[in-house]
Amino acid sequence: MLIAILVILAIAIVIVLIIAGIYNGLVGSRNQVKNAWAQIDVQLKRRHDLIPNLTETVKGYMQHERGTLEAVTNARNMAIKAVDSGVAAQARAEGALSQALGRLFAVAENYPDLKASQNFLALQEELTSTENKISFSRQFYNDSVLQYNNKTQMFPSNIIASMGGFKAGEFFEVTDTVDREVPKVSFS
Amino acid sequence: MWEQIRDNQVRSVILVTALGFMLLLLGSFMGYTLLGDWSIGLLLALLIWIVMTLVGYFQGDSILLSLSKARKIGPDDMPRIYNVVEEMKIASGMEKMPDIYIVDDPALNAFATGRDKNHASIAVTSGLLQKLSRDELQGVVGHEMAHIRNRDVLLMAMCSVLLGTIVIIAWYGSRMLFFTGGTRRSSSGGGGAQIIILLAAVVLMILAPIMAQFIYLAISRKREYLADASSALYTRYPEGLASALEKIAASTEQLKSANNATAPMYILNPFRKNGRMAEDLSSTHPPISERIRILRAMAGNLSLAGYESAYNQSHRGGGGIIPRSSLVAGDAAVQRNAATAGLTPPEKERAREASDMLWKMHKYREITCNCGLKFKIPPDFHGNSFTCPRCNTVHSL
Repeated sequence: MLIAILVILAIAIVIVLIIAGIYNGLVGSRNQVKNAWAQIDVQLKRRHDLIPNLTETVKGYMQHERGTLEAVTNARNMAIKAVDSGVAAQARAEGALSQALGRLFAVAENYPDLKASQNFLALQEELTSTENKISFSRQFYNDSVLQYNNKTQMFPSNIIASMGGFKAGEFFEVTDTVDREVPKVSFS
Repeated sequence: MWEQIRDNQVRSVILVTALGFMLLLLGSFMGYTLLGDWSIGLLLALLIWIVMTLVGYFQGDSILLSLSKARKIGPDDMPRIYNVVEEMKIASGMEKMPDIYIVDDPALNAFATGRDKNHASIAVTSGLLQKLSRDELQGVVGHEMAHIRNRDVLLMAMCSVLLGTIVIIAWYGSRMLFFTGGTRRSSSGGGGAQIIILLAAVVLMILAPIMAQFIYLAISRKREYLADASSALYTRYPEGLASALEKIAASTEQLKSANNATAPMYILNPFRKNGRMAEDLSSTHPPISERIRILRAMAGNLSLAGYESAYNQSHRGGGGIIPRSSLVAGDAAVQRNAATAGLTPPEKERAREASDMLWKMHKYREITCNCGLKFKIPPDFHGNSFTCPRCNTVHSL
């Protein structure tokens, strides 16, 4: 009798421990997703901050490219507005900003004075790198979401996920294939 | 996919223990011959081992960095390398930015060190900064970042320190035997034993560099492959690392500041013979042509599983190289474009950029004259002004 109780007790403890382990794993993955999202945010913010500098530097050299410059400024404003409107909308706005920046750097090719400017070169390095950092943090975010979603959908962790209210994460997808490309700039 | 790779850690522990055991053995030998009591020697060796392990754990990285004459740089010294490292830090999901060091050497090489991912450093040679494009640099930095994430670097630091201690003890011990003629126990007629022990010390001295080779073997090959695989996964662009490896392999410069103990840390074995490409079985690093071939055979699937299957194309039945625990289904990663290819300045400008940075690191001041001449003022220049030889403008300092 006593042995039976002990066995049942032991089994119960093991089950509780397993559940706790799965639960903690889910929390860990969810936090990683949140953390990865924060990383994207940091880089997007950095890009927003760099753009006024860029337009300021470029303005003097590119009087005839009003439209291109305005497109960048507008895209930036849209992107800033989209910050709190959900992953999908934000991804769209940021994609548009990437494209506008790409056009600006492409046009800059026609201005040798601008290309020789140290200030512009430094800004270009910063912006291109920020662009890279955005895509790398997106990459890490999506990987983290995949890992987390797998846990919320696979047996047995999906049972605990549905009981604990763990919702599947949303991927940061870039819809347009053009957006995948970081602005291409060649110095040849 | 992002799970810690534990597979190698067991082997690491075995390796460090084996080296420590060797140190203890050496200590008791020395104690017996020099002091006539093996237990004192054993205790001393144990003490030294503990101290050295602590030193290796907390100071190993800075010792290694200063051994290789590396200098730390900040984000403003050279934005390109700093950005590349930060990009890889983000891609690998590390929380803390590793410190960046530059080794002033025309050879092409890089290494990572540090006890964990919060205390990590990456060092690259100035030659590397000059010769590699941005994508290639990214591949190399990704490889080093993988070493940090896989905790290969701690093991390397620990082993180097232990090995260094063994070499030093063996060296001094054998000298002391030589000059004092050994021991207080000479009366007990241990002449034969002394010679044996002297021989043992000499053998240990000879063995120490060979032990370095064993460290190579235990650490390197699998870990190098794994780091290559991770680099491809981080950068989503294996061609970058592949062509970087090609350039590094083609260069004939040898790294001046490397030694036997630090060799396994580099991305490429710094002691390879000039012009010798085919590395033998006892080499620390897998053959470079093989590494390049695997990277290029990954063809679109850049996950660790993709690397594994590219590896298996030429190593049938050789067993996997990626620990099973880190192979998760459904994470096929897609290649990105060579987007940053255009951003790297041409090689001449990169050379100037790298050398300017080195001048700055050595605290030279740079002054540009109106006529376009650039002056590098050494830190021990005492005058208040100097005259430009071309246009006679006087510059005051």
